Amino acid sequence: MRIESFLERPLGPALLGTQPSGAVAVSSRIRLARNVRDLPFQARMTETAAAALLERVRRTLEHPPEGVAPLTFFALDDLTPLARRVLVEKHLISRELAESSPAAVVLSGDERVSLMVGEEDHFRLQVFAPGFDLKSAWALADRLDDWLEAHFEIAYDEAFGYKTSCPTNVGTGLRASVMLHLPGLVLTKQIGGILPAIHKVGLVVRGVYGEGSEAEGHLFQVSNQITLGPSEEEIIDNLRGVVEKLMEHEEKARRLLLDSMPVAIEDRVMRSLGILRYARTIDSKEAMNRLSDVRLGVALGLIHDVSREMIDALWVMTQPAFLQYTARENLSAERRDARRAEMIRRALRPAEPNA
Amino acid sequence: MLCENCGKRSATFHFTKIVNGEKTEMHLCDACARERGEALSFPGDAFSIHHLLSGLMPSVQTPGTARPPERLACPTCGMTYEEFVKKSRFGCSDCYDAFKEPLGPLLKRIHGVAEHGGKVPRRAEPKRAMRHRLQQLRQALKAKVAAEAFEEAARIRDEIRALEQALGETKAE
Ligand SMILES: [Zn+2]
Ligand SMILES: [Zn+2]
Repeated sequence: MRIESFLERPLGPALLGTQPSGAVAVSSRIRLARNVRDLPFQARMTETAAAALLERVRRTLEHPPEGVAPLTFFALDDLTPLARRVLVEKHLISRELAESSPAAVVLSGDERVSLMVGEEDHFRLQVFAPGFDLKSAWALADRLDDWLEAHFEIAYDEAFGYKTSCPTNVGTGLRASVMLHLPGLVLTKQIGGILPAIHKVGLVVRGVYGEGSEAEGHLFQVSNQITLGPSEEEIIDNLRGVVEKLMEHEEKARRLLLDSMPVAIEDRVMRSLGILRYARTIDSKEAMNRLSDVRLGVALGLIHDVSREMIDALWVMTQPAFLQYTARENLSAERRDARRAEMIRRALRPAEPNA
Repeated sequence: MLCENCGKRSATFHFTKIVNGEKTEMHLCDACARERGEALSFPGDAFSIHHLLSGLMPSVQTPGTARPPERLACPTCGMTYEEFVKKSRFGCSDCYDAFKEPLGPLLKRIHGVAEHGGKVPRRAEPKRAMRHRLQQLRQALKAKVAAEAFEEAARIRDEIRALEQALGETKAE
């Protein structure tokens, strides 16, 4: 598959899904960190050795793993800086990989799998799933890891587990995470009390988008912090238990909002929909927060002619690099806001009113 | 909740660090978290404690040990323990063995434990099974010697030697 196919669509086919869990959980991700035993780690890596590793990976793909959509190898050096930024916005590669050379990413055609080569660890294997589905993501990651291990001697120690570049990833090398949409908890002001409680059980929460002080779009990522000691299943179970609780709280908060202030909530989501449908210019932060309102409105059954998937796609489509890429020209900040408004307007265009 | 560092912006970064087995919660705003090196912007890993790690290191040294950990160096890649502490990055897979002694307490501080309990690569499975068998044999050997069943003890010892050789763990006797 050509890289353009990945850059032009906001969400890969693997992320399109209508799971009920998707009302709160946007997507799930499993990441495994692995290193080749006899190669220097990133801190000691030479350009020649890194290039040789890429070549080895490319050749290994002649014997692809089974049960995965076709994999394509992309050397980062062959991608424009803008293309790399789009991949970052789509979460297919990390910011660190985007700035690494020589480095590569192997993508499955459906965007379920992304294998980063030459990141902080030789391999960073990522498997994505729509909604709340760590189980199937882990099952696939485990299988792909077996495939990797069949072709590369992976650095491992009985006591330390998988040896990683950074001591914070050692052991399982596993980072499991779920992206949650929590407008109910934010609007009912419960989030401030809930997030700290999550850390007590060894998890990390942070806003997904935005450099500012607030989590834009009310999107949060919850992931495990500890990688050494518990098994992969225990890590995932622990995360799953907490995420389930969070989702319950969020659903409760949404119902509370709807029951206690139905007019105010409907007004809020409808106003946001109106602004998104008719604005001629909109900055990223406002777009994110308005989209969050509309997503809430869809989940509450207040908005019927917009799909959740469309909102999830717009979250990616309205990011700066994606906007720039699809515009096919360099946009000033001003033009970018106008272009963003235009894209949203087109995507959310209301159905023709009955005559 | 406000950032506990600047007290101005609201805290978006929440995490627990484990120091001396005690969990401390931290709540920082994005700017302060970044400044303190505790943030790695999405979508990289949500969490990173590189600089925090250097803060943890001094307590790693156990007084009275023959060789201070900072003098340790990896024979394969040349990374010194001091450099490892500064970068919070290993240079190669052998660094783990070179820094084994101070590493145990350090990993305990980060993860709460220092022993892997997860997946075993297929390649390592036979080795693990061999090690398990070796342990069993060593116990059996003791029992046979205690029971003065020397003939059987000799047979077990041969098996132990073969296993040790296969594992590359020949003991100097
Ligand atoms: Zn602050
Ligand atoms: Zn080394």
